[in-house]
Amino acid sequence: MTQPLVKVENLKKHFPIKGGLLGKQVGAVKAVDGVSFFINKGETLGLVGESGCGKSTTGRMLLRLLEPSDGKIYFEGQDITELSTGEMRKMRREMQMVFQDPFASLNPRHTVEKILEEPLIVHGVKDKAERKRRVKELLEVVGLNSWHAKRYPHQFSGGQRQRIGIARALAVNPKLIIADEPVSALDVSIQSQVLNLLQDLQKEFDLTYLFIAHDLGVVRHISDRVGVMYLGNIVELADSEELYDEPMHPYTQALLSAVPIPDVEHKKDRVILQGDVPSPSNPPKGCPFHTRCPQAFDTCATVKPVLQEAKPGHYVACHLYE
Amino acid sequence: MGSPVIEVKQLHTSFMTDDGEIPVVSGIDFHVNPGEVLGIVGESGCGKSVTSLSVMGLVPSPNGRVKGEILFKGENLASASEKRMRQIRGNEIAMIFQEPMTSLNPVFTIGEQLTESLRIHRKWNKKQAMARAVEMLKLVGLPRAEELVKEYPHQLSGGMRQRVMIAMAMICDPTLLIADEPTTALDVTIQAQILELMKKLNKETDTAIMMITHDLGVVAEMCERIVVMYAGKIVEEGDVKTIFQNPKHPYTVGLIQSVPDMREKKERLYSIPGNVPKPGSIQQGCHFAPRCAHAMAQCLEETPALKSFDNGQQVRCWLYEDGKGAAANDTAIG
Repeated sequence: MTQPLVKVENLKKHFPIKGGLLGKQVGAVKAVDGVSFFINKGETLGLVGESGCGKSTTGRMLLRLLEPSDGKIYFEGQDITELSTGEMRKMRREMQMVFQDPFASLNPRHTVEKILEEPLIVHGVKDKAERKRRVKELLEVVGLNSWHAKRYPHQFSGGQRQRIGIARALAVNPKLIIADEPVSALDVSIQSQVLNLLQDLQKEFDLTYLFIAHDLGVVRHISDRVGVMYLGNIVELADSEELYDEPMHPYTQALLSAVPIPDVEHKKDRVILQGDVPSPSNPPKGCPFHTRCPQAFDTCATVKPVLQEAKPGHYVACHLYE
Repeated sequence: MGSPVIEVKQLHTSFMTDDGEIPVVSGIDFHVNPGEVLGIVGESGCGKSVTSLSVMGLVPSPNGRVKGEILFKGENLASASEKRMRQIRGNEIAMIFQEPMTSLNPVFTIGEQLTESLRIHRKWNKKQAMARAVEMLKLVGLPRAEELVKEYPHQLSGGMRQRVMIAMAMICDPTLLIADEPTTALDVTIQAQILELMKKLNKETDTAIMMITHDLGVVAEMCERIVVMYAGKIVEEGDVKTIFQNPKHPYTVGLIQSVPDMREKKERLYSIPGNVPKPGSIQQGCHFAPRCAHAMAQCLEETPALKSFDNGQQVRCWLYEDGKGAAANDTAIG
């Protein structure tokens, strides 16, 4: 296998909790607590998990929109955690982001043309005519019309706005797109339009996606491989078919069984988890999931399991498989 | 089965705006049988939440207008006085909202909020009411109920708050519970807990539930009968099995096929072209016609009526008027 496009090693993000009279650090929210994965060129890696599991933080760290507390990120073999701010900005030409909220992520006072032009200006396309031509081209690529260029974001529906967000990400011809919940604010019938668009663009421009979402159905549909996160850790990572058909980690099993299936004949064997996700500022010792795990035993409370290859290409962090 | 708990006839709800009167719900009929779970499904802007607000008499006046009949135990709520509505709300018809964060008052304790309706509707004293509140919290599966009644909403997690909301809605033994997207703000594992709880309460207390949601999975799991709404109108109605296995309206067919299935990977998702129309933008004809793959000239001009089938399924579509019906189902995938 050739070198992966992105390789992440032991990435951590601890947000400090300040307290006391002098504002000393009294603790840390361990939003991401040591994740490692890689993304091959042209593939889609899905990242799923419930709110607060650290999936969005991971996505933002890849672009260094948030500085990692620890760990390494390699993009095409180069360690980008070492880059200066200026160098990193140039690097972002290769990696772009699509955000969740199509209402909040577009500047309401700029026309679509200005929104799409901005990344081109930042990344040094000096010729104005060239930029205008590119804007038209981008709008057509994402299924809008070139006459939409003069309009403002509020004149578009949610689905169209998300298309503009995608066009902005594509403007500089990136290799990697990090999509953070790109369809979760959209209605079902619009969601499928945007998912189809993302798949078409991937084929056309040979894009690599990191697709972050909480909707397990959407993630299966779009991803080649899927990683499941819980409390700042990846607990399982495998090919999407394999992960959904034969989940190994008890959390993945519970998560998959919890999703309501739109089919009345579907027989379910539901594992209902008790309680809530523990606070990331005070995560449980040992395996982060042991407090809710139906199969936990003594070791789970004391030793934190590491992500290991249990089957070829199927990684799981669980003492049951050691 | 007895007579329905609530029967809505020709409900029209509209809002006065600067651009004139905008109809949001235009002439819908449905009923909920005792002890039944009815699902109302549709995308944003289809009028499903406004329908529930109309039933509760919570459409803001003076801009909101509600016309039609809402028969609850033979009484027309659409013309009931505000005083009468206050006696019914929270007592005989209760509601659970989507946002467990914003629908609890942050400055009152859980106990105070839970007992309010008992003290108003039943005139119970504080001690009696508090004992019942503790009992309710235990029923909805919350631990350490005795201490919880003294705590404030911010001390609870999202799932716990939604349980408190359910306890609050159920405390006066309502005949009808309206749940507006009760699990949308929750994570899937917490959603599974809440749905399980609602199913249990429905069986044990025989409270009828009107479940409003956009999530077809939740509907398949919870409901016995479904009403599908699109742009202010009911386009299809039937029991849950019929709707999922033999949907007739092109919109229902498209909606079901648009959902990515977690159990198998499709090459490509079916998608309905275009966007949900703005309320009031379609004046004549079938509201779905501009996005429909089967639209005919007639669809753009005349509004189809709801047509009933032998199995109780009802469809509002011209395709089924004269037996050329099977078309929608076969060709939608293409």
